[in-house]
Amino acid sequence: MSRKPCSPPVPAYGRNMRAPLLPTSPGFWRSPLRGPWFTSVLGVVLLGGITVLFVTGLVSYAAYNPGLSPVNEKTPDKGLLGFYLFVWPTDPPWLYRLTQGVHVTLGIVLIPVLLAKLWSVLPRLFTLPPVRSLAHALERISLLLLVGGALFEFTTGVLNVQLEYLFPGSFYPLHFYGAWVFFAAFVTHAVLRVPAALRNLRHLRDEDSDLVSPAPAPPTFSRRGALGFVGGGSLLLLVTTAGRSFDGPLRQTALLAPHGGPEPGSGPGGFQINKTAASRGISTTETSDEAWRLVIEGPGRTVRLSRAELLRLPLHNAALPIACVEGWSTSDQSWRGVRLRDLAALVGYESDAPPDVLVESLQRHGAFRRAALRDNQVGDPRALLALFVNGAPLTPDHGYPARIIVPAAPGVLNTKWVARMTFGDL
Amino acid sequence: MRRSAMRRLPLRRYMGSPFPLLLLACSFALAGYAGVRLFADDWFSVALWFVGAALVHDLVLLPLYAGADRVVTRALGVLGRREWTVFVRVPAAFSGLLLLIWFPLISGQAADRYRSATALSGDGFLSRWLLITAVLFGGSAVALLLRSARLRRTTKERSPVVH
Repeated sequence: MSRKPCSPPVPAYGRNMRAPLLPTSPGFWRSPLRGPWFTSVLGVVLLGGITVLFVTGLVSYAAYNPGLSPVNEKTPDKGLLGFYLFVWPTDPPWLYRLTQGVHVTLGIVLIPVLLAKLWSVLPRLFTLPPVRSLAHALERISLLLLVGGALFEFTTGVLNVQLEYLFPGSFYPLHFYGAWVFFAAFVTHAVLRVPAALRNLRHLRDEDSDLVSPAPAPPTFSRRGALGFVGGGSLLLLVTTAGRSFDGPLRQTALLAPHGGPEPGSGPGGFQINKTAASRGISTTETSDEAWRLVIEGPGRTVRLSRAELLRLPLHNAALPIACVEGWSTSDQSWRGVRLRDLAALVGYESDAPPDVLVESLQRHGAFRRAALRDNQVGDPRALLALFVNGAPLTPDHGYPARIIVPAAPGVLNTKWVARMTFGDL
Repeated sequence: MRRSAMRRLPLRRYMGSPFPLLLLACSFALAGYAGVRLFADDWFSVALWFVGAALVHDLVLLPLYAGADRVVTRALGVLGRREWTVFVRVPAAFSGLLLLIWFPLISGQAADRYRSATALSGDGFLSRWLLITAVLFGGSAVALLLRSARLRRTTKERSPVVH
């Protein structure tokens, strides 16, 4: 910090000289911070960060196995946009917990960088002449898709994790198709601008840019200070958000993020709940021992089992997390129940060649009251129809009498209050 | 030959160079492919959100916070304390950022749905945000005091040598 303490006061702008009133005039923009270097640093951070967001977003889309069955498919018209879909693995079991935790937490952490980047280039919105050539006009339209797309994606994501469904339509198609519109503009912008950004980062002097104010106000911040300010905002968001991917004291550090703070309860079933039984209209009469029966269907065979009969089947343990598309997750919980492939065997399938399964819940409403699992998920020895968690019977909010738990699957595919399972190729 | 070269020059000026044009055409084609799917259900509302997000940010949110910053800088400048700006800007911006992102939870408008779905309390967010805001401004005040104390000390130590 070598700023001279005794430099003469810069004459106050405003008394004798009038600052231009219109934002189309370069003199309107007074901040001494604006310039290619500042914009380029933020741009390069966003280039890396948004690429990770896009990839983890596509990964999450694939994790739902949308091509497997219409019940998993929230975007049936995806066409070529699902070109990369692959069989979602069950290993490592924390895979979705990691990719989706990164997607949401990184998205939140990047918000200050995005806002700073948009601030740094705002004078260009008012540039004159508004259009210099056909290429310039098209680039400006592309920038509308870029800025509108970025804000659309961040806004829908931030609202969705807070269960505030204000956006016009279902989150899945909006966020998925919106991401592709945004990404088309993002790649173009990156190809057109990254070479200049890298040049700017190598050469620290940037007086000859349209972003530099011709009549800068005296600084209140160094450029490094401004970057520290942006980074500090990101750091604040990181430390008040990241804890929602862990149990216990770490979750308490997620002070403002949904599913942060204290756990919903104590004891074996005290961990995070996505949707409570009451909110899904699940009553204790329909889950009681007298009323509830699990219907297992296979080709030409149907089996009905009470909970007591399920308990007489071989029970196995699996330590698996719950990981939600909203970015929160729990640590490993200790589940105990019947292997899905053993249930498939009850309706005639060989244990070593299990089929896909369609799982239906008692719940009558909700986008994921039915979910399909692929044969690799059914065949995994850790994939259970869980009856116990952490040594106690499931609580109603965690899916009593029985719920699915599959390694690495997104939370909503771990159907709760299971009523019917239909094995067969989907 | 020469004539066509002379003609090409203004054309290129109005068109721009070919590589960006091709790239933009490719980009619009992909955006269009995804866009017809994005707009399939309720095109007007989605378009409103897409374009509105950019307009609200550029023409409302940004002018608001930049204007507030300018007011603070000027006011402190009038008091002869322009260098204090940072100590107001940083906590105010961080607090505002948290409010902006978590507004549905902090304002309580999502509280009922949140409590019903997750069995977690939806009420603590406002008080937690206020406490974080208090810590941010308090920390900034302490930093300002420390800075003033250090400046006083260094000027005291230096003054006999300098003058």
